[in-house]
Amino acid sequence: MQGNWLKSLLVATLGVFFLSLSMTGLANDHGGAEKLDPAKLIMEHIQDAHDFHFFTLQKKDGTEFHATVPLPVIVYSNTKGLSVFSSSQFHHGHSAYNGYHLEEGKIHAEDPNEKIIDLSITKNVVQMLIALTILVVLMVAIANKYKKGQGVQSAPKGWQNAIEPVITFVRDEVAKPNLAGKYQKYLPYLLTVFFFILINNIFGLLPGSANVTGNIAFTIVLGVVSFFVILFSTNKHFWGHIFWYPGVPVVVKLLIMLPVELLGVFTKPFALIVRLFANMVAGHIIILSFITLIFIFGSMNAIAGWGFSPMSVLFAVFIYLIEIMVAFIQAFIFTNLTAVFIGQAFEGEHHEEAHH
Amino acid sequence: MNILLDVSVSHLGGAIGAGLAAIGAGIGIGQIGKGAVDAIARQPEASNDIRANMILTAAFVEGVALFAVIAGLLAVLKA
Repeated sequence: MQGNWLKSLLVATLGVFFLSLSMTGLANDHGGAEKLDPAKLIMEHIQDAHDFHFFTLQKKDGTEFHATVPLPVIVYSNTKGLSVFSSSQFHHGHSAYNGYHLEEGKIHAEDPNEKIIDLSITKNVVQMLIALTILVVLMVAIANKYKKGQGVQSAPKGWQNAIEPVITFVRDEVAKPNLAGKYQKYLPYLLTVFFFILINNIFGLLPGSANVTGNIAFTIVLGVVSFFVILFSTNKHFWGHIFWYPGVPVVVKLLIMLPVELLGVFTKPFALIVRLFANMVAGHIIILSFITLIFIFGSMNAIAGWGFSPMSVLFAVFIYLIEIMVAFIQAFIFTNLTAVFIGQAFEGEHHEEAHH
Repeated sequence: MNILLDVSVSHLGGAIGAGLAAIGAGIGIGQIGKGAVDAIARQPEASNDIRANMILTAAFVEGVALFAVIAGLLAVLKA
């Protein structure tokens, strides 16, 4: 049964992953608790990092045990060439290695004249690769089932049941209404964008995972790709409307409509980028703030910390439920708006009905 | 006059901006809810369609409010 090998693959991947849990209990000797910095704590959880940090335990002899999975650091510098090493060599930012040190999650060279290009496999890269693997394996398995006729002449089985309504939804509610006539060409892109954003949104909600969709670089790339898809679907009618907007006086056409319409070509993908980024980051910050509140109260008074934690956990669970909804909604909105903009790009003449 | 050039004033501006954005989002989503509930009261059979449109439009309004939150965050974090 195809489901079994998929499950085994996932177990094997995640097993190798967690088996390389590092046990660096020796490196940390802070000598007493550090002052709690909530802003730094929250920022650390939102930003990209060179290791997966799950939790830290204070051992009885004062040292700390960090449950982390260190990731490879790949740095190219113009003086030293390519260096590949494990990020555990940095010991969480406390030591330098090979002329590089870690400062606030970014790699800096000791020599100020050195230019470095950081190509490391960071948390975001690992999570994107896992999402990619799951997406490709799942969808190819389902597609093969359809090719063999299962779900075409007979009832769908297994994962087909879960994925078919979603794909039908994207086709009937997003693609067909906006891209009348040419939706077959764009459906692969729309479905890919939808599922990729959805999977990364959902993964980002798990504690300890990477905040991929809340990373401006990721959303910029998605927005730019959508921008090019929109650009390549434009036709003469679209550009005609931009440079020579019909139905207004010539002065208005050139002085107002031209800059506004030109800017509009760029602001629409920009809004897509910032909307996805802001929604995901805001959700994560809210959840992290509620959890950090416990520690803030705890640093004032241990009883207050413990007493406040049920409230905080309750709020955090409530926000978590909203964030799950937002994960689906934001994936849907990105896809829907991309479809709307592509549709606007190649629509022909409007039928001049009476608008009043 | 020099007190206005202090970095803390930009932090104040960022926080006030985010608060104003929250007011805007609250009013906007409230209007959406009002329109949706009125429409469902008029025509209960359409309540599924209305609910879907309501959630979609609320996400747009919230997106705009979060633009302002990002601007406020930049004002605070970029000194």
